[in-house]
Amino acid sequence: MEVPILKQGGYLIASIQSALSDADLLSLRDELAYRVGRFRSRGVIVDVTALDVMDSFATRTMRSIAHMLKLRGAETVIVGIQPEVAFAMVQLGLTLEDVATALDLEEGLAYLNRGMKRENTGAR
Amino acid sequence: MRDESRVPIHSDIDIVHARQKGREFAARIGFSSGELTLIATAISELARNIVEYAQHGEMIFQAIHLAGQEGICITAKDEGPGILDVGQALQDGYSSRRSYGLGLPGTKRIVDEFEIASEVGTGTTIVVRKWKK
Repeated sequence: MEVPILKQGGYLIASIQSALSDADLLSLRDELAYRVGRFRSRGVIVDVTALDVMDSFATRTMRSIAHMLKLRGAETVIVGIQPEVAFAMVQLGLTLEDVATALDLEEGLAYLNRGMKRENTGAR
Repeated sequence: MRDESRVPIHSDIDIVHARQKGREFAARIGFSSGELTLIATAISELARNIVEYAQHGEMIFQAIHLAGQEGICITAKDEGPGILDVGQALQDGYSSRRSYGLGLPGTKRIVDEFEIASEVGTGTTIVVRKWKK
């Protein structure tokens, strides 16, 4: 199941539509790393609203996506982690410590916009 | 309702399949949506364990009853290399190849009962039970 990736302005939005296999998650990671360069994107949103499970592999892959894209010069925000999924992650001891998260797409875009604004005004 | 459901595990696609089958099975027993997510996550970790270490195996879901309580019994069975040190595999932070070793200790935390039998060269069977709250 391929994840559609939309380009919106300077951002990329990957909307996961259904449960993903490990291989699907890894190809999402690789595709985002490639497209960030192709479209010169500065921000990426990964929408996981449709995921009913974030297990250790999915969590680890989200972290590696965020870290890889950071090395490619883009900020990543994971949006839409469902309350039950968040609960299960905490019970399992899974964290997204150094990865930005937001409630939904709207909040994710607002987060990225704030980051760009700070950069443009040269604020430190 | 059928009392048992089996899902063969051979590749990462089967992990998704086992998760969906197991979730549907648990939903018919009447678990809440929060519990279903925990069960699906546990299934995911157990099935991945098979794919990672044994390549081939099977997940078995059974409806269980005890003293008026209802629950699900999940068995993950493989004929892989087995686990040399079961105690170590159950410790938090035990470094497995790809999943930070959170698979087994994490799974143990989110179920009510957890049993593991492993013999080097023969395989591993993990049985977990979760009761409806």
